[in-house]
Amino acid sequence: MQNLPQTEEKTSTDMFASLSSQEYKYGFSTDIETDSFPKGLSEEVIRKISAIKEEPEFMLEFRLKSYEAFKNMVDPDWAKLNIPAIDYQDIIYYSAPKAKPTKESLDEVDPEILKTYEKLGIPIEEQKRLEGIAVDAIFDSVSVANTHKKALAEIGIIFCSISEAIKEHPELVKKYIGSVVPHTDNFFSALNGAVFSDGTFVYIPPNTKCPLELSTNFRINTKGSGQFERTLIVCDDESYVSYLEGCTAPAFDENQLHAAVVELVAKEKSEIKYSTVQNWYAGDENGIGGIYNFVTKRAKCEGKDSKVSWTQVETGSAITWKYPSCILQGDNSIGEFYSVALTNNMQQADTGTKMIHIGKNTKSTIISKGISAGKSSNSYRGLVKVTPNAKGARNYTQCDSMLIGSTNAANTFPYIEVDGKSAKVEHEASTSKISEEQLFYLQQRGINVEDAIGLIISGFCKDVFKELPGEFAAEANQLMSLQLENSVG
Amino acid sequence: MSEQIIDIKELKADIVDGDQILKGLNLKINAGEIHAIMGPNGSGKSTLSKILSGHPAYEITDGAIDFQGKDLVDMEADERANSGLFMAFQYPLEIAGVNNLEFLRMAYNSKQKYLGLEEADPLDFDDLIEEKLSLLNMKSDFLDRNLNEGFSGGEKKKNEILQMLVLNPKLVVLDEIDSGLDVDALRAVAAGINAYKSEGNAVLMITHYQRLLDYVKPDFVHILSGGKIVKSGDSSLALEVEKEGYDLLAA
Repeated sequence: MQNLPQTEEKTSTDMFASLSSQEYKYGFSTDIETDSFPKGLSEEVIRKISAIKEEPEFMLEFRLKSYEAFKNMVDPDWAKLNIPAIDYQDIIYYSAPKAKPTKESLDEVDPEILKTYEKLGIPIEEQKRLEGIAVDAIFDSVSVANTHKKALAEIGIIFCSISEAIKEHPELVKKYIGSVVPHTDNFFSALNGAVFSDGTFVYIPPNTKCPLELSTNFRINTKGSGQFERTLIVCDDESYVSYLEGCTAPAFDENQLHAAVVELVAKEKSEIKYSTVQNWYAGDENGIGGIYNFVTKRAKCEGKDSKVSWTQVETGSAITWKYPSCILQGDNSIGEFYSVALTNNMQQADTGTKMIHIGKNTKSTIISKGISAGKSSNSYRGLVKVTPNAKGARNYTQCDSMLIGSTNAANTFPYIEVDGKSAKVEHEASTSKISEEQLFYLQQRGINVEDAIGLIISGFCKDVFKELPGEFAAEANQLMSLQLENSVG
Repeated sequence: MSEQIIDIKELKADIVDGDQILKGLNLKINAGEIHAIMGPNGSGKSTLSKILSGHPAYEITDGAIDFQGKDLVDMEADERANSGLFMAFQYPLEIAGVNNLEFLRMAYNSKQKYLGLEEADPLDFDDLIEEKLSLLNMKSDFLDRNLNEGFSGGEKKKNEILQMLVLNPKLVVLDEIDSGLDVDALRAVAAGINAYKSEGNAVLMITHYQRLLDYVKPDFVHILSGGKIVKSGDSSLALEVEKEGYDLLAA
């Protein structure tokens, strides 16, 4: 008789019971010397950040007024999120690799950092040559490498770190920063406005289709540091850009704060496609450690016939709080939101979108897929608002939730405010479970339990994954399986 | 003597934490044979198919199942499948968003991998499947749809047979494959079974009715009642059942 490992009969409850955390393969930290500020937040810290970055006066002013706004706000308290009190004086607000980062050549980048990116599967050198993707990599607080910059500059595209843009293109930054997410917008965006350390800036000139996928990889490395990046993308008339961000962090047993702000501006007949694969460290199976991902992302479809698509695959972070939104100001403008949010163990996610219809004949589509496993909590929260001027506005919303096991929760909170008679707003929602019968069916065809779950999940997420740029769709699929690995049996 | 495919000895089984359903079942099937199991509702027919294929809601409490020299009792459902045991479901499951063709290739390659054979790339697999499709009189757009999603009853059963042909198992357990089929679909399904059948494999059909047996002729017919096989015979036994009913036979 064959001696097979783990041959005990599995009952239905066993199958889902031991939803344990997968090993987070990006959980290493890199040993490099960093210049870090002491912990704590004050006007002095903000002035120091601004000084180190040699910023012009307008930037310092923006930071200080953001800080003023921040001081007058309180932490938001969310119905479905259990957020432990955060001590904002216990965070390092600036941390940079000591070797001065340079943007001219990769040779000048600390080899340890390059190694980190290789481990993360982002061989910058390789990507530079092969992938046709321009990468900006943000390590803790600063941008360390930016590829393809020169080639893009030749056709007038600016793709650089926001710090660099502040110095070299102050007129553009001054015009657009805070124009979509004002410094008074919310607690975390105000905090970001005060202390943001780096981020990405993209400007696509009129009549230009950006020939490359632009990509940023964010990595938090230093223990106890927060990451506050600021991304600003402006797509001028009749232009197009597709942008992808990826995020990872080492596995520390204390929580780290990530409070980013992303602003997109789409001019007449332009289109911005913004995709996110968020895989921040989620904490362990008991909910120790992990990233607090409190992000404000908003797009303004300013011009007529403009279009913005947000696609997000959210699998990481202990707590995710984000609502990538579209202000549909230009007539006939289009906003789209495609989201997959997967939570496992003790993870919490409260995510969705806001579609604000202002222009005539504006159109929005929302497809949200939430998957909850373990003891996690996963909520969709979305707002569709149609103002009186938005004649002929249309929205279609579809929110599907899938539960794996029975110890988790999925919620859907659709808020619909329609002020006008000609608007058409449709909402569909569903909740399903991966059934034991479905799993058994696939297993009976020779597919093991984990692959079977992966297959069912990827089928469930298909409508969203197909919106991701080519190779990232496969990556997202893998990521989902990885995240649910060992989650059964 | 031809090769033994499966040998079930004194099998007792129940629903996990529930009633005993199989109460000492014996059945031996050799290569090249077609067996039919008939029986009234609640006799344990479906339980037998679930026990053989490894459904987690059922458990074996006593007895042994030798499948090709391996102890089936200790094997997971996917391992049983990859070892050559295929069950056609009475109610095939719908899996949203999963492309039928991709699923078929994944199942095929799982088996290839398990057996240490080369996995098929999409092009090779297309050739392999085209041939099977025509056998079942199915159009290729069938492959572009999602696995069983929105399929009619007949299409689902045909899809089961297609999977069977692709996976080419040693033993096929057909759990009421004839239920809910119109005559045309029944003919196509039967054609698939007859095409699959060879001297090297075996079929176990579980059915209520004689009508499938008009198209696929069994070598042996067994009557299952009260969790045991109470009578065995050749294909004429099925006709007797049709005429006399189960009560008389089981008495």
